[in-house]
Order: sequence, then C-alpha cells, then structure tokens
Amino acid sequence: MLHRRAWVYGWLFLSPALLFLFAFTHYPALNTIISSFFSTPRGRRPAKFIGPENYQEMLQDPVFWKVLSNNFWFAAGTIPISIGLALLMALWVNSHLRGRTLARMAFFAPTVLPLIAVANIWMFFYTPGFGLIDQIRGGLFGLPAINLLGNPDTVLAAMIVVAIWKEAGFFMIFYLAALQSIPPVLREAADVEGAGRFYFFRRVMLPLLMPTTLFVSVNAVINSFRLVDHIFVMTDGGPNNASSLLLFYIYETAFKFWQTGYAATLTVVMLILLSVLAIGQFFLFDRKIHYQ
Amino acid sequence: MGVIKRFDTALIASAVMLGQIATASAVDLEFYFPVAVGGKAADTIQALTDEYVGNNPGADIKAVYAGSYQETVTKALTAARGGKPPQLSVILSVDMFTLIDEDVIIPFDGLAQTDEDKAWMSSFYPAFMENSQTGGKTYGIPFQRSTPVLYWNKDAFKEVGLDPDTPPATWDEMVEFGKKLVKKDANGNVTRWGVRIPSSGFPYWLFQGLTTQNDVILANSDGNQTSFDDPRVVEALQYLVDLSGKYGVMAPGIIEWGATPKAFFEGQTAMMWTTTGNLTNVRENAPFDFGVGMLPAHKRRGAPTGGGNFYIFKDSSPEQQQAAFDFVKWITAPEQSAKWTIATGYVAPRPDTWETDTMKAYTADFPPALVARDQLEFAVAELSTYENQRVTTVFNDALEAAITGAKTPADALAEAQQQADAILKDYR
Repeated sequence: MLHRRAWVYGWLFLSPALLFLFAFTHYPALNTIISSFFSTPRGRRPAKFIGPENYQEMLQDPVFWKVLSNNFWFAAGTIPISIGLALLMALWVNSHLRGRTLARMAFFAPTVLPLIAVANIWMFFYTPGFGLIDQIRGGLFGLPAINLLGNPDTVLAAMIVVAIWKEAGFFMIFYLAALQSIPPVLREAADVEGAGRFYFFRRVMLPLLMPTTLFVSVNAVINSFRLVDHIFVMTDGGPNNASSLLLFYIYETAFKFWQTGYAATLTVVMLILLSVLAIGQFFLFDRKIHYQ
Repeated sequence: MGVIKRFDTALIASAVMLGQIATASAVDLEFYFPVAVGGKAADTIQALTDEYVGNNPGADIKAVYAGSYQETVTKALTAARGGKPPQLSVILSVDMFTLIDEDVIIPFDGLAQTDEDKAWMSSFYPAFMENSQTGGKTYGIPFQRSTPVLYWNKDAFKEVGLDPDTPPATWDEMVEFGKKLVKKDANGNVTRWGVRIPSSGFPYWLFQGLTTQNDVILANSDGNQTSFDDPRVVEALQYLVDLSGKYGVMAPGIIEWGATPKAFFEGQTAMMWTTTGNLTNVRENAPFDFGVGMLPAHKRRGAPTGGGNFYIFKDSSPEQQQAAFDFVKWITAPEQSAKWTIATGYVAPRPDTWETDTMKAYTADFPPALVARDQLEFAVAELSTYENQRVTTVFNDALEAAITGAKTPADALAEAQQQADAILKDYR
C-alpha cells in the first residue's frame, strides 16, 4: 500500500515536467518525422504521402552537402579550440594572480552578450576598409584591405573565430568550478612526492576534470549545430552558401522557401546526427571518466 | 416572476453585449507592417493609422510592427496557416506570387465598386503596378516603394578634375570616371574605390539594374519563366565582375549592403548604387557635397523597382475587407503619401502626390528627391516568380559564385536557369 502511494506520488511529481517534455519536445519531434514523408502543403493542395521522396531529393541537393560539410568544418574548428582555450583560461584565472576577478569577468563577458549583438560587433571588426582589423592592418603594417566575409575561402574561418570567442568563456566557468573542487591535499601530496607541474596536470588534474570535459564537449557539439544567429546578421549564409550551416539551411527552407516537408526531412537528419554524436561521446568517454 | 424577470434582464444584457461584439468585430482590423529603413518609418505609419482611426470611429485598426520584410511575410503566412491572418499587411511586392500560391490574399478589383474606386486603382505609376498585377487582376497596392539610384561624392569628383555636377551617363563612363577616382596610398593599397555596387544578401536587385540597362527582362509577368542564361544577362554579369577584375574600379569579393552608406560617408568609395530609401540617411550624414543621379545607361536606361505593397487577406469578413480597402485608399491618397515620402525617402507611388503643395515645397528645397521619380519612366518590375524566394536564392547564389570567381558568369547563370526551370515546371 505504502509502495503504491509512493508510486503515485512519484508520477505526480514527474507529470508537470513530462507534460512539457511531451508537448514541446517529443510530440514535435514525432510530428517532424511524420511530416518528412509528406509533400509540402500549398494553399489549394493539401500534403500527400510521398514516401522517401524528400530524402531522395535531399541526397541530390548540392546545397545540403555543402552545408553539411560546412557544419563539419565549423564543428572541427570550434570544438577543440574553444575547449582548449577554456581550459587554459580557467587554469590562468584559477592561479593567484593579481586582478583575477577582472580577468574572469573579461573572459566571461562574451557569454553574457546576445549572439546578435556579438555578430554586430564582429561585423565592425571585419568590415573591409574601415573595420578594426583593416585599420590595424593598414595603419600599422601598410597592408591592403581584406574582405574576410566577402570571400568564400575565408568566410567560414571568420565565423568560426566569432563562435570560439563567444563560447570559450562559457566553458571556462565549468572548468573553473571543477578546478576549485580539486582538493588542495592532492597538490601538497604531489609536491612531497616531487612530481613536476606538468606531470601533476597530466596525471592528476586532467583525469579529475574529465567529467567536466564530457559535459563541455557535449555542449560544444550541440552548440556547433545550434549557433546560427550570427549568420543572419553577418552573411545570410553567403557568398554562395559558403557560410551556411545545417540549422540555418533548415530555417531558410522552412520559412523563406516554405518547403516545410523538405525542412522536416532536414530536421530529421539533424536530430539523428545530434543523437548519434551525443550517445557516441558518452560511450567514448565513459571508460576514461572517473567520477568522484 | 422574479426569476423570469431576472432571466429577461440577463438576456437583454447579453444581447446588448453580443451586439457590441458584433459591431466591434465587423471593423476590427489587424495591420502588419515591416520596417526596412531606419528611423521614423514606424512612427509615421503609427501616426497615420491613429489619424485615420481618429477620423473614422467605425474602424478600429491595430497597426502591428512585424519586423523586417522577411519576418513580416513569415509572420503573416504562419498566422494565415494557423487560421488567424492579419486582415491587411504591407509585404514585398515580389511576394505576390507566393501569397497567391498559398491562397491567402484576394484581389482589390472585387472591392472597387464605384467609378471613383476604379479611378483610384489606376492612379499609380505603371512601373509600380507591374509587380502588383497578374492574370488581369490587381493583388497589391504600391505603398513603400523604392528604386536604386546613383549617389556620388562631388568633392571627390572635383579633386580628380571631373565635373562635380555630372554623374556618369553610361557604363563606359562609369568605368572611365571610376578609374580616375580610384586613389592609392604609398604602398599601392587602394584607399578610395571608384564605385560600389553592394552584392551581399540580395545581389539580384542591383544587378537587375544592369540587366535592364542591357535590355533584358529576367522573368515573365506570369511568374513561371526566367531568362537567367540569356546572353545579355551573361554580358551584364561579366560587366559587374569586370568592375572589380579587369577595370579595378570596385572592391573585390562580396560587398556588404549595410556598410555601403558608411563606406560612402568615410570616402572609401566615390560613387555608390543604393536604394532611394537611403536618401534621408545620406542627406543627414554625408560630410561632403553629394549628388543623386539615375543609374548609368547602356543599351537603354533602366532600373528595377522594389519595396512593399498593401495586400488584403482572404480569411476575413466582407466588412473587414471593405474597411481595409477604405484605409488603403486613404493612406495612399496624395497628402498622406507625401508625408510618408518625406519621412522616409520612399518614392511616392502616384503622380498626383508630387503635385501637392507639401511635396512641391519639399522637392524645391531638396531636388535630389525627384531623381527617383524621373527614373520610374525607365523602371521595370522587380524579379518575381512563383516560389519567389527559392528562385531568387538560386539566382543570388549564381551571382555570388561569379562575383567571387568560383564560376564563370556563363556557367553560373546556365546552372541557375536549370535550377529555376526545375522549380517552376509545376507552374507552367
């Protein structure tokens, strides 16, 4: 009887969260999968079942492959660098340096700013001729103006820099918290044993930071698919889709081209990609992680 | 008895309330408007709407700022799909085919009953009506319409010995002037370019200036056929590419639209092509004497039109549609559209607006405002087709590929035509 009551309570406590999860996550996801097998409804033509036609179209869509490879490079550029930078910054502001509160605040500031505002700031940096970068290049070194956003070879790299700048400070906070939870006795013990600083970092700190690294890297992977606000402000995906990412292309397809059926198909691909990556990361890291 | 009486009172009360709701809902209008230029546009629309509602207590119009053009059409279509569209909205004139395809708008013809109404509908510049009519029906009424013009820096012209009052009249002259105007520093780096034709986001619009001047139309009026691979289009694109390449009078790569007026103010370029919607902005911020002229000609003079039209949405009561019609008629009347033009720089959409005293005083004080009007004679419809956003995106991608040197103009345009054909085949 008591057991039964606990069971009812349990579900009652869970139900508010569950309700929202189903209404805003599971139901839309399921609906997206169903929509991906239907044609796009237009004013006088309702949606009809077309089987895998949208998927076939996707495989033949050069823009899809372009944004997918862009997204791969965007992820490959942002994830390792922003995590590495976050760790470095955390180690630095964790040491006893003067004015470290100021340094922490400075590192964290980009996180607090909305991405749209960040994009506008970087637009000013990148503007050819009179932007900050060109003023430095021209004023100090006498170099010609450079059009970073207007060239398909440099635009993606320019966007990666913005994303790293935005993200590294956020990840730093997690590393900082983790670093502060490492007991000082370990450091003292290592000193007594005569371990060098780098050895201590590699064999003691890094393993203890692994749970944080997993958390941060899952977030970094998700962000590399999720951060697209700056594209709207800075390039609109151009030139010729050189800076377009999967999510941006989904938005364009759904709300600019109004091909909602095809957009659902692209969304399914994105869902699958993200799930596989997240699950893969958990398995990959799981063996190496020591939870205290 | 007491119960019945109370019941009666309640009945009457609810009948009265129902009546109120009925009369209120018959003329309750929601009106979406976008703002694409800075400053006073939103305030002006709100003020005009308030003035109308003040004088017409029967109509309660709620003006809703809906973001950029893109956001406005997205909101309106999403609302229409959800069964609660606005009754009235200003949306890009080029979205007409999309709105028809989605079956969410009605033509104005059915609402124009009196001769006066019909006269009103034919009182607009024909160049603006091209994007507002299809299949013999009028679906849009021009409101915030624009056209690109050439702005030039008179000080820079004087500096290199050009007549500061004469802009280039032809393509060749633009190159020739441009070469004189390019300025380099000691290191050989360009500090001032000759001309700037922005190409970010929607390069097709200004490029359409070049194609029109080369005497070719990009899409038919049924909106189901494009001519992207026409040799004259290729030639126009080659000219645009050559401005940065062969002639060296324009910065290479994609040129940002938003930063263009600023580059002009900073002296980074001596001439720029941009919308008349920037006129007030340039007038207030250019630190030098500037001129405004028509775009240069080639085989002929030419420019696209642009901007937004009024559309009336289908899913509304006949009373609402009539009220929306009356409001549009009022706000596009000469006095109102003169106010709107002066506040923003948009081109007043009908000849009689330019005859009002308000407008005459304004143009006497600021003659550049007349350039856009005079250019209308040579203007054509902005590129618009069914599945407009997809088709123009295909076209934009091709232009960007050619401008950045990834493809030759001929290859890029041939591919774009192929893709456009594939998209439009269902509409033929």
